[in-house]
Amino acid sequence: MSEKVKAPREPLFSKKNKRLITEPLDDNNPVTIQVLGICSALAITVSVKQALVMTASVFFVLALGNVIISMMRNLIPSRIRIIVQLVVVASLVIIVNEILKAFLPDMAEQLSVFVGLIITNCIIMGRFEAFAMANKPWPSFLDAIGNTLGYGIVLVLVSIIREIFGAGKIFDIPLFGDRIEKTGLYKIGYLDNNFIILAPFALFAVGIIIWVQRARNKALIEDH
Amino acid sequence: MAINKDSNGYTFVFAIALVVIVGAGLAAVSMGLKPMQDKNVEIKKKMDILGALNIESTRQNATELYDKHILTDECVVIGSEGQVKDGLVAFNIDIKKQYKDKNLNPKDRDYPLYVADLDGETKYVIPVVGSGLWGPIWGYFSVDSDKQTIFGAKFDHQGETPGLGAEIKQKFYYSQYEGEKITGDIKSVKDGTGAGVNGKVDGITGGTITSKGVEEMVNRTLSVYVKYFNNN
Repeated sequence: MSEKVKAPREPLFSKKNKRLITEPLDDNNPVTIQVLGICSALAITVSVKQALVMTASVFFVLALGNVIISMMRNLIPSRIRIIVQLVVVASLVIIVNEILKAFLPDMAEQLSVFVGLIITNCIIMGRFEAFAMANKPWPSFLDAIGNTLGYGIVLVLVSIIREIFGAGKIFDIPLFGDRIEKTGLYKIGYLDNNFIILAPFALFAVGIIIWVQRARNKALIEDH
Repeated sequence: MAINKDSNGYTFVFAIALVVIVGAGLAAVSMGLKPMQDKNVEIKKKMDILGALNIESTRQNATELYDKHILTDECVVIGSEGQVKDGLVAFNIDIKKQYKDKNLNPKDRDYPLYVADLDGETKYVIPVVGSGLWGPIWGYFSVDSDKQTIFGAKFDHQGETPGLGAEIKQKFYYSQYEGEKITGDIKSVKDGTGAGVNGKVDGITGGTITSKGVEEMVNRTLSVYVKYFNNN
């Protein structure tokens, strides 16, 4: 066996590592470019608060999961690697749910089924399989930060549109007056668009974001 | 010697070890947090009961307010024919569990009745449970001392659509039940004529099935309590 050459230690925030955080924000956004995690982007973007808590929960699962998978990457038998990844996601999601129920019961109630939805979030399995299986824990952790932020930005954008025009509120504060008492804008006949609250509109909103992003950056357009 | 990671033996051992470690870890987390979770559920139940009596409470003061207003000794559990069942504690009855239990004959379900004292006036609190469009819905009613007029109501749900069925949680919807009589059916109507009319409430636009679910749950449960009130 040849002698091992020790590679020089990479600085924690080298150029390559920084790119792990910045790239998923725009040019390699998990939602708009890789079209992953769409299901949860459609389901939970009804209010900004929900979008933020969902992003935080996804961050917990993805960051911890990426690090765990990355540490185990040399031990996992390749034939059952997807199952192992699933076990890791599922147990982390259960832990998040249990902790929310014990310490933030009101938040757990609001999110109810959505926390469970993290298991079906393709971004997480995608990052485990594409990144953590081949990289060291620290870059995997940064990769989790970048991807969660990229996911969170899209979620917050969509939820701002939906909460303002669908419910007439932002962070649960009414913007256009009271809907029931008919004050403010409602007095002159303004109505909240109930369609915007429904999931199909979220698909349009994500579509519009994808459109704007590609119109701005022509390099993202694939030619056929 | 390097281990062959693709061999059957290694795969088996790895899978078994993983399952044991993960299983033990999750069991420990679940057991460690269970007391806190149970306490939260209990407090939430107290908050809901107080909410039906139009008493605002927070997680901090719910237990104190509950002890102050609810006459625990007078709370009873009744059967589907309005008879009092002995030896049961109203607060410990889980009506959601009984509603879900397919093996339990609806006739054998327990119906808890809470008795409250609101500034010297007696009120009765009735829990209800039923099905919405996507999952269970539930709520609490409070009835005046005349044993007929609804004093307050509050509904909740698990997974109804935000903006549509989920609106049963909003005050504009449940406050319609105030002043209704429990003796007759309370219908959910679509034509917007429910406001201020006895025996009718306005359903929710786009939430028809949830509104119908509330109607069914309310009338089915209240009829049991009417039998009890008539006997006592």
